Amino acid sequence: MRSEPASSAEIVVEVHDLVKRFGTFTAVAGISFAVRRGEIFGFLGPNGAGKSTTIRMLCGLLAPTSGSGRVAGFDIVRETEQIKTRIGYMSQKFSLYDELTVEENIDFYSGIYRLPRAKKSERKEWVLTMAGLRDHRRTRTGVLSGGWKQRLALGCAVLHEPSILFLDEPTSGVDPNSRRRFWDLIYELSGRGVTVFVTTHYMEESEYCDRLGVVYRGELIALGTPRDLKTLHMQEAVLDLECDRPGDARELIERLPEIREAALFGRGVHAVARAADPAPALAAIRAGLAAAGFKLVRLERITPTLEDVFVSLIESRDRADAPQQEVAR
Amino acid sequence: MPAIHAAGLRRTFDDLVAVAGLDVTVAEGEIFGLVGPDGAGKTTTMRMLTGLLPPTGGTAEVAGCDVVRDTERLKEHIGYMSQRFGLYPDLTVMENLDFYADIYGVPARGRSGRTERLLGFSNLTPFKHRLAGNLSGGMKQKLGLACALIHTPRVLFLDEPTNGVDPVSRRDFWRILYQLVRERVTIFVSTAYLDEAERCNRLALLHQGRLLGLGTPDEVKALMPGALLEVRTAAPRRTAALLRARLAGATVGLFGDCVHVAVADPATAEAAIRGLAAEAGFDLQSLRPIEPSLEDVFVSVLAAREAPADAQ
Repeated sequence: MRSEPASSAEIVVEVHDLVKRFGTFTAVAGISFAVRRGEIFGFLGPNGAGKSTTIRMLCGLLAPTSGSGRVAGFDIVRETEQIKTRIGYMSQKFSLYDELTVEENIDFYSGIYRLPRAKKSERKEWVLTMAGLRDHRRTRTGVLSGGWKQRLALGCAVLHEPSILFLDEPTSGVDPNSRRRFWDLIYELSGRGVTVFVTTHYMEESEYCDRLGVVYRGELIALGTPRDLKTLHMQEAVLDLECDRPGDARELIERLPEIREAALFGRGVHAVARAADPAPALAAIRAGLAAAGFKLVRLERITPTLEDVFVSLIESRDRADAPQQEVAR
Repeated sequence: MPAIHAAGLRRTFDDLVAVAGLDVTVAEGEIFGLVGPDGAGKTTTMRMLTGLLPPTGGTAEVAGCDVVRDTERLKEHIGYMSQRFGLYPDLTVMENLDFYADIYGVPARGRSGRTERLLGFSNLTPFKHRLAGNLSGGMKQKLGLACALIHTPRVLFLDEPTNGVDPVSRRDFWRILYQLVRERVTIFVSTAYLDEAERCNRLALLHQGRLLGLGTPDEVKALMPGALLEVRTAAPRRTAALLRARLAGATVGLFGDCVHVAVADPATAEAAIRGLAAEAGFDLQSLRPIEPSLEDVFVSVLAAREAPADAQ
């Protein structure tokens, strides 16, 4: 857990038993959680898991079927108008106008948020500085690189100084340098007390969050820091090994009954065992490779990646729910 | 004979250099990854290698066919799945497969066996009468793959196949790719996700049409100068700020609850970090060298190559 000054114990988002049904389909099946001021909270889950429905309820755009919640001190059922003025939203599509200049896009959003005249130019300068676009204020937005567009979109989303910022897959497809610069800005906002909600299914983005909630079939199936998820929520041991002919070794390893799956990864093979205890899998791999004449250089248990954890959580839920299953991924 | 061989492959659009002279050789049965952000030149490269876009310079051969002169023969030997998967939403799963079988001139004899096998292998058998438009993202992706394989190609091109697909479907998809490799199919796959690139036998890191690195994931990682240290304290943000301000010559990045520091000389840097943490009164929970991810490599190789990386 964090002990930074920004994270006072103040709770700014909390929901209890939130449910949303569309006809007979339950999109969100009773979700409860709380987020502190300044926290960066990641919402992970496959498409259709209930992430966006939950976010839309938090933004006051969709009324829950049952359950309750407060965002920035306001009730998500009765005080949606107050909520809307206190949140910012940025999607992967950026919603910028390519034909407008950088400055015109900022002006457009200042108008939408009805910033007072005095505030307008101050906020515009702030956005231009933050995004590193001071020298490009009259550049047509369409010709900017992905990283710049993304920082401009972020600036536009926080023009009205919202206390909660929602980011929907904010950095998908941008280069790693730009992604890092983007996250530096997010950390800065969070340091000033802005609470940040991120939805993504990319593990590269989720590693940047303080805490993660994994949503599947409308339920929150895990909640914790990235480190908690990797150490406490993983049901199966993850092993990494290095040997000659890794492609052939992978096939052999995947056929072992102690192993759930094996993938080529980096210089070697990444294998997920069927149990939390790594011993049987380690022994089976050693014996199997030796019998087939492979030269094993290294074999060890490793900390799983967030992707390992995510896949493991979802597959174990699928196995538990097997009878009702028509896997629609 | 390599499955793919490109020499000085280049494509410009007016003033824009989309691909600036690419030299790449891919062996038969390899999974080769073309890795880079949007706009790096991945799709342009793929379109040239599949004979859809003539290069403005250089040459390339795929499955022994020249990509400019032999495009008709080339089509028989390659499968190509574009980012949109190329499916017809108002046709069923089965009808999509039949349609592609017709396009590729797959003989009627043996066709149904082939179709059944592809459906089985992509786990789509229970859904064969469903409209493609009503499939989930992961299922569309698998159907797109099955369609690209209907004529048993030797080289398979996949343009960002896992874009927008969740991690579970992504793993299923890779399981299928491994099966194909077992049948000696060569796979050329592009992705914007660096973690995914670790699954390839070899890869090319592409940025603004140029190669930043080429080799096995391990060889590419070795391109990173110096070492990477992971620092954990109870106050990661203040630690990152402190190291940025005081640790000369280091690149500091914050990742959730830990700080990554790229340094030229790890021994000196470790001592300096311990000193700074003690001085600031931070409790140093751990300080250790870690293996760089491909993302770390990308960032540091790019930083070494050009200073303002974001400019167009």
